[in-house]
Amino acid sequence: MAYSLIGKDFTPPDVRAKVTGKAKYAEDFRAEGMVFMKLLLSPMPHARVTNIDASDALKMDGVIDILTADDVPARPVPQVPVLTNHPTYVGDPILAIAAVDETTAADALEQVNVEYESLPFCIDPLQSLYPGGPDVYEEGNSATLGQPIKKIKWTARDFANVKEDELPRGEPYAEWEYGDVENGFKEASLVLEENFVTAGHSHHSMEPRSAFAYWQNGKCYMHVSSQSQSFSMPWLAQALDIETTDLVMIAEFCGGGFGSKGSPYSAMTLPAFMSRKIGRPVMMRISRAEEYYLGARRNGFQGWIKIGFRENGRVSAVDLYIVQQSGGTEGFPDFSSAAGAVSLVYTPEAMRSKGIPVLTNTPLTTAQRGPGQNQIACVVEPLLDKAARQLGIDRLAIREINAPDNSAKYSGKQLPVSSAYMREALVIGAEKFGWDEKKQRSGQQNGSKVIGLGVGQAYHSAGGSGFDGLVRIMPNGKLHIHSGVGNLGTYSYAATSRVVAEILGCPWENCVIERGDSRRSLPWNLGQFGSNTSFTMSRSNYAAAMDAKRKLQEIAATDFGGSADDYDVADVKVFSKSDRSKYLTFAEAAQKAIEAGGKFSGEEVPDDIFFTTKDAVAEIAGTGLIGVAKDNLDAPNHVPALATGFMMIELDTETGKYEILDYVGTADCGTVIHPMGLATQIRGGAVMGFGMAATERIVYDPQNGLPANVGFYQAKPPTYLDVPADLQVAWVDKPDPDNPLGIRGIGEPLMGCAAAALLCAISDALGGHYFNRTPIVPDMIINAAAGKSQSYKPLQVANQ
Amino acid sequence: MFDVPRRDPVTRRKFIKGVIASGSVASVGGLMIGGLGGCSDSTNTVAGTVERLITLNVNGRERRVDVLPYETLAMTLRYKLGLTGTKLGCDRGECGACTVLLDDTPTYSCSTLTHSVRGRALTTIEGLEGSEGELHPVQQAMIDELGPQCGFCTPGQVMSGVGLLRANPKPTQEEARVAMSGNLCRCGAYTNYLNAVMRAAEVS
Repeated sequence: MAYSLIGKDFTPPDVRAKVTGKAKYAEDFRAEGMVFMKLLLSPMPHARVTNIDASDALKMDGVIDILTADDVPARPVPQVPVLTNHPTYVGDPILAIAAVDETTAADALEQVNVEYESLPFCIDPLQSLYPGGPDVYEEGNSATLGQPIKKIKWTARDFANVKEDELPRGEPYAEWEYGDVENGFKEASLVLEENFVTAGHSHHSMEPRSAFAYWQNGKCYMHVSSQSQSFSMPWLAQALDIETTDLVMIAEFCGGGFGSKGSPYSAMTLPAFMSRKIGRPVMMRISRAEEYYLGARRNGFQGWIKIGFRENGRVSAVDLYIVQQSGGTEGFPDFSSAAGAVSLVYTPEAMRSKGIPVLTNTPLTTAQRGPGQNQIACVVEPLLDKAARQLGIDRLAIREINAPDNSAKYSGKQLPVSSAYMREALVIGAEKFGWDEKKQRSGQQNGSKVIGLGVGQAYHSAGGSGFDGLVRIMPNGKLHIHSGVGNLGTYSYAATSRVVAEILGCPWENCVIERGDSRRSLPWNLGQFGSNTSFTMSRSNYAAAMDAKRKLQEIAATDFGGSADDYDVADVKVFSKSDRSKYLTFAEAAQKAIEAGGKFSGEEVPDDIFFTTKDAVAEIAGTGLIGVAKDNLDAPNHVPALATGFMMIELDTETGKYEILDYVGTADCGTVIHPMGLATQIRGGAVMGFGMAATERIVYDPQNGLPANVGFYQAKPPTYLDVPADLQVAWVDKPDPDNPLGIRGIGEPLMGCAAAALLCAISDALGGHYFNRTPIVPDMIINAAAGKSQSYKPLQVANQ
Repeated sequence: MFDVPRRDPVTRRKFIKGVIASGSVASVGGLMIGGLGGCSDSTNTVAGTVERLITLNVNGRERRVDVLPYETLAMTLRYKLGLTGTKLGCDRGECGACTVLLDDTPTYSCSTLTHSVRGRALTTIEGLEGSEGELHPVQQAMIDELGPQCGFCTPGQVMSGVGLLRANPKPTQEEARVAMSGNLCRCGAYTNYLNAVMRAAEVS
């Protein structure tokens, strides 16, 4: 279908502010009387605070007040507390002090005498699963987001029953199965069984989660670093025990989140609590090191997988067990998403999944770009290569034969998908990369250097439904598109707003996007996470645009006679299809909508929209023609985002160093809505993937529970010099039937496919060596190249 | 060594001495600021926080400002001169978000003491636009190439790009890559930023 805006490049309205320094992030705001607060973080991995004596600190000049766990509402175990007397990791915030300047606040923290009772702790999830092993909470040791906490201990027999270095597999937290798994293995020509470890790693958002808050006339004003706007409001208001209408949330720019700022988080509320207590505006600057504690991270896996392959490479059965290192609070169900990803990406004929998220005394974990899906891509993709080698099949061919298409199913529930074109994504990637020609160079040697090639695939779900859209045509003829999704930096807030302009035939220059500040009357939208925005927001914006279009048609029919269907919209006008000289401009129609009142100007609203959308419409009712609707379009299927990556590296077997010579990333995300935006996502996802595969991991001292890397230079996100200057992109561009414009999301798998491609390329350069571990760091490469054993035990975590 | 939350007093003076002595930084607090004239009612009573009025040359203008002995340039710019376009991503010389030009040389303002730049010409991101609001070619190219994603590192990327082109107006792509390598971008927009710098070099 030909569109005038969808699929075309444009300059998003917030780019100029970013290149001129005018874009204001949370720490860039000031208010009269502003003071600073600093946090006291737990020096112990697990403890009870038995006494806090802040009397000396509070006597210091310039110190204003202290905030402790007793001053803030407790959150149910194992949710992330605001402040705690039961720190569950080194760096857990215990209390805060406000002072006239930051130095004074920091000096005052040193004068606070906190007494701790040290508690047993665990870094390795398996320690907690041992009979009698340490638990993070009395209530239990296993939990995940929104699910109950359980106490699960494996038996001594569970540990004794496995071979040395094999993952014990006791009682899981959750499990599912479809098909006849045992028969699938029986019919397989090749069965591979592997144990694996994937390391947790930090999000490394460039903007630490600094926050600034003050109260004025009963309202709380919060300047925060958040991926999501409207979605955050009810949670934040509830946390502060106020109405959403008394919360002003400003988050026009977010300096990176990658999942760690997707949902509202406890630390976001700290300055608001302190400000309410002391009656002054409070700035909380979060340092880079603090961000490594408070900022959450991707959780790590210890796992076991068994895959059966038929002679042609088709996956006949998968058996998967994942033990997840969840950190000190509830974490995110990566283990579950990982299993779902295996079911979709490799379409096994039968599969069993078991998993257990284990609470550990390490910083909180949360979703990070492809949470679970990307870890498992790092595990399974190199394993496919191993199978291809043993079966004598091309490594691209083994992926094509298992690739999901429109008949693919998701998870144990075997949900149908809206559409899936992984095979096409493989084909266009291979063509752009030149797979057939380049694969001849695999293993080619030049001194100590050797060429390696890799292909990677990844998946994430890519959309939701049931949220609200809100648009307004003003008496000056401008079309205002109200977007409550948030601004993570993908420009999808803008790209999906263009759906409204497309439907209403309105030039983009005539549009204004209202966003970034809850005072701008924003509708209820899903958060900007989970690769959902393009799908979800284009649907809700479509719903609102269709509502506005209908109202324009009805107003024209009232004016000129006939029925609404006799009219159409284009060029900032609503006009008679049979006589184009009969028209109202948007400006005229907006004026008539105000005069008509009722539903036309937002005085009446649909019953099914969310209460915050109703509040938003109430603010602007009577000011123009209001289009507002809940997305009630059909959403019968699971919506996937799929991606592939192709890579060639040159690896030096003497140093373990390698250079990425070539990378092509592809996307299967339905109709392409914003080509330049998609290209930046493919490239950016790839860069993050390179870090995941090769450099980034948490390191802990198991004796004392201390983290070893809380700085960029220690935790190693990729730099300019770690990636090739040119990263190539391609996409499938086939419309998805579950979206009115064919659009699906994409952000997350673009990282997993690149990570997997790099891991596969390293393995390939080493003659197909399977590492069972992510990341692959240089000493591992050198050991493998020299045929020496590795320095870690196969299931050891947080030590690399 | 491990970076852990410390309980011993870390004053700025001790901190700086420690850095000099050990050559390493262990910090949970980042660098801090005292005596924020414009923002707080501090009366400079905290030990060692005596401000001195100095003159800085910022974006072609003389700016008079009270500065603490240990104050970093990033903090002076952000909290005393209202120039918040300069970002703090790490506050310890790792990420480059705070990059400004010091006599045309890209410099980490988080790791530069304000007192040390008296008499030098300082340019921040706010100083690049022309008098009519026209963008610097690097800024324009960053828009054309859709360089920024989240945008937090962008001011630093722009300043490094401008500094490069002042020293080397026609860099090779490899020279540009090396020159920009002190600026981290977690969104991974390196290709786009690099393309922007090369485009700016072509037109300027």
